[in-house]
Amino acid sequence: MRKVIMGNHALSYGAMLSRAQVIAAYPITPQTQVVELLSEMCADGILNAKFIKVESEHSAMAACLGASLAGARTFTATSAQGLALMHEMLHWAAGGRMPVVMGNINRALAPGWSIWTDQNDSLSERDTGWIQFYCSSNQEVLDTVIQAYKVSEKLMIPSMIILDAFALSHTYEVVEIPEQEKVDAYLPPFNPPFRLTPEDPHAFGGLTSPDHYMELRYKLQKDMEKVPDLVEETGREYEKMFGRYLGQVEEYLCADAELVFVTSGTAGYTARVAVDELREKGLKVGNLRIKLFRPFPFKKVREILTRVPKVAVLDRNLSYGHHGIFYQEVKSALYGQPNQPVIFGFVAGLGGRDITRESFKEIADYALKHDRAEEEIVWIGVKK
Amino acid sequence: MIEIRFHGRGGQGTVVASKILADALAKEGNFVQAYPEFGVERRGAPVFAFIRIDNKPIYDKSKIYNPDHVVVLDPTLVEAIDVTEGLKDGGFIIINSPKKPEEFRFPDKFKVFTIDATAIAVKHKLGTLAAPIVNTAITGAVTRILNLTKLESLVEAIREGVPLKPEDNVKAAIEAYELALGGKNA
Repeated sequence: MRKVIMGNHALSYGAMLSRAQVIAAYPITPQTQVVELLSEMCADGILNAKFIKVESEHSAMAACLGASLAGARTFTATSAQGLALMHEMLHWAAGGRMPVVMGNINRALAPGWSIWTDQNDSLSERDTGWIQFYCSSNQEVLDTVIQAYKVSEKLMIPSMIILDAFALSHTYEVVEIPEQEKVDAYLPPFNPPFRLTPEDPHAFGGLTSPDHYMELRYKLQKDMEKVPDLVEETGREYEKMFGRYLGQVEEYLCADAELVFVTSGTAGYTARVAVDELREKGLKVGNLRIKLFRPFPFKKVREILTRVPKVAVLDRNLSYGHHGIFYQEVKSALYGQPNQPVIFGFVAGLGGRDITRESFKEIADYALKHDRAEEEIVWIGVKK
Repeated sequence: MIEIRFHGRGGQGTVVASKILADALAKEGNFVQAYPEFGVERRGAPVFAFIRIDNKPIYDKSKIYNPDHVVVLDPTLVEAIDVTEGLKDGGFIIINSPKKPEEFRFPDKFKVFTIDATAIAVKHKLGTLAAPIVNTAITGAVTRILNLTKLESLVEAIREGVPLKPEDNVKAAIEAYELALGGKNA
């Protein structure tokens, strides 16, 4: 069924079609409609899930973790300060191998108080052990929720589905809503190897001595390393059933490019339009949109970017005192590789400032004129 | 690609107007993107909504700065703000007003249309006398003037998307559709 829905509701439909069994969430702009629609679906009996009202995001995640350990498929959603308040629980989810799926609407962290988009909220949780998918359309949001359950439950690692505030969360787009029976065929019920039950009492999260802790973390990393191939496999399977491929990255006109933009989120789609316009002017540019950020898709990124002379990474985020975070990651992935390209780092769009086709023209202009980055960070659209 | 900007006041259903049009357009196989002004809205304050329409997937996720057309749900906004900001030459200005298009002073490069959506909304008892809901009537006029979709698609979209008094809203849209005719410079 073709329907015009907002990005927030794309998350809700994704959770509904995945037959989430326990939903616990606390409202925060711009995430609120995700939970509003899910609570309506539960109240109307469209979705057979337990909806738990909680007093904070920390509790929302704690409730999801308890339910996940009992063997339920769980869902929550949040934004910015809400995600920050969950921080401790995020480590519990990943370290405890609880495959919660969560939507995070990228919203700039306060202060200054903001409800507009940037990526510092989710990137501040980069090292918690969660899988992170950065989406660029409402269709991709819905599809990725379903895929994420499949990936997360196979490897027992939680997933975060990330979308830009307003540019996706409150923007209506045409979305193909898959049929429930087909989603059921793609995504079987959650059946964890262990679950908490009063019949066979156990405890999770006990004191772990130096004799054992490192192995738990080694196993988490080893399973994280399996994610890129599993995303590939489940993304191809999704394509076979629903006609839409869900990959780790999206490559657009990179093969013959002299300069490739590295992008994410909605800017990753606007970049495609800029690429088309720049190519009309005879400039050979391309776009590599990174969708899977954790684990980092090393293989794909190396494969594509070691064939091009110049790379311009756009960050809608910043590690203060260092660089944009995607820039750091791309450099780290390419360091020491044969045919390492020249890499430039650009920061734009913090706190919801728009990233336009013109922004990419400015980036292309800088990168094509310079042999190397003369500044640590090239700022786009800042009032200096 | 066609880009339209809607001007209204908080509480008039400006965002819903853009959503209903998006629904109607999607029914005919178009790709659409509709969004409110990014931020917070207050009742009575000027608000914006935007819509992009294309026959192929829309990848541009930046804001609309140079709309092809503008739709004004509250005529007092014409005095309060510049509704033509960024409007492309040859663009249409569709205003909810009992006045004739000639009574508005806009540069000749724009085409001006008026529709008394307030009177139509009051007649069909949409909203209150003090705060009539004009959005469905406006979508009828926009559908006729811009010729983007069939009236039937709009009617279907209103029936599906308007929870209160759907049939009265349909009547208001049809009436506005029938009344919306040639404007200034058209």
